Amino acid sequence: MERHVLVVYPHPDDESFGKAGTLALYTAAGTPVTLICGTLGQMGRNMGKPFFANRETLPVLREQELRDACDVLGIRDLRLLRLRDKTLEFEDPEVLADHVEKVIREVNPSLVMTFYPKHGVHPDHNALAEATVRAVARLPKDERPIVYGSPVTQNAREVLGPPDVVNDVSSVLDTKMGAIRAHKSQSQAMLEGVQKRMESDPEFKEQYSKFMTQEAFWIVPID
Amino acid sequence: MGPIDKEAVQSAIERFVGQEVYLHLETTNGAYAAHRAESAMAVCAYIRNGKIQFERGTIQGDGPYRVGLKMDGGWTYAEGLTDWEIDSEGRLLLAGNDSEGRLAVALELSLTPFPM
Repeated sequence: MERHVLVVYPHPDDESFGKAGTLALYTAAGTPVTLICGTLGQMGRNMGKPFFANRETLPVLREQELRDACDVLGIRDLRLLRLRDKTLEFEDPEVLADHVEKVIREVNPSLVMTFYPKHGVHPDHNALAEATVRAVARLPKDERPIVYGSPVTQNAREVLGPPDVVNDVSSVLDTKMGAIRAHKSQSQAMLEGVQKRMESDPEFKEQYSKFMTQEAFWIVPID
Repeated sequence: MGPIDKEAVQSAIERFVGQEVYLHLETTNGAYAAHRAESAMAVCAYIRNGKIQFERGTIQGDGPYRVGLKMDGGWTYAEGLTDWEIDSEGRLLLAGNDSEGRLAVALELSLTPFPM
């Protein structure tokens, strides 16, 4: 059992897509989870379907969606850095790492989850993943938590090999879907598309169900 | 926000003429455009809280609409605008949203800085 899990992602919803089941398993087992969210996703393109947000209301809505998702997942410690979406790669990487290091030293996690460096696709994913690795590398070797990376790149399996950890989250699938639905502005259009396709394409339905019940992580080597 | 009323937007633009205004101008095809093969590359540009002054501002087209702001020695331009709102803080928000509810372009004017 993990002592404490620290989760570091740049956008509200990053913690839910592809990871919410794993987080739900941790909180169900009584492991405290701390989530650092770097930005408010101010520059997101999805505004709901039909859209109900605009560029100026989006950050306020997304902050609430994130709080709702945390409630669903049993995450009771949420730290918002309130940086600006799409700008993390332009911040001083040492300062970004300072934010993460401060929380690591405070909560002493046995496991840290972030995106896999250089495999995040979104520049914010890569910047915050690299800052997280940098923060962990500042600790003495024997005090470092394990770091789970989530790659987004299409060729991750070819480049990184098979995942180190695959969690079956079927027992908490409803919770996972609840967290994803909490991010209504970001998930509504996607879920509608998936639903339509599942109704007409049994093969896709099977693939998608498998995809949703398995969450894969790669251990990130430090230094 | 609702569908653009061209005359109402024209009047709203004119309220900002000759004043120092804060501009948010943006266009994006999404950070995952290339990843999802929707496009050859992800493209985005934005300026937030650029300070401008314009002497003439006009909305054109039959929908989606274009807006051009003629500045002293330059232009501000946006194409693909579909929706508008004057929000509770008196800011003019214009956006181009696609059929999936995604924002593709935004042009916003305010007399006070947009929050960071």
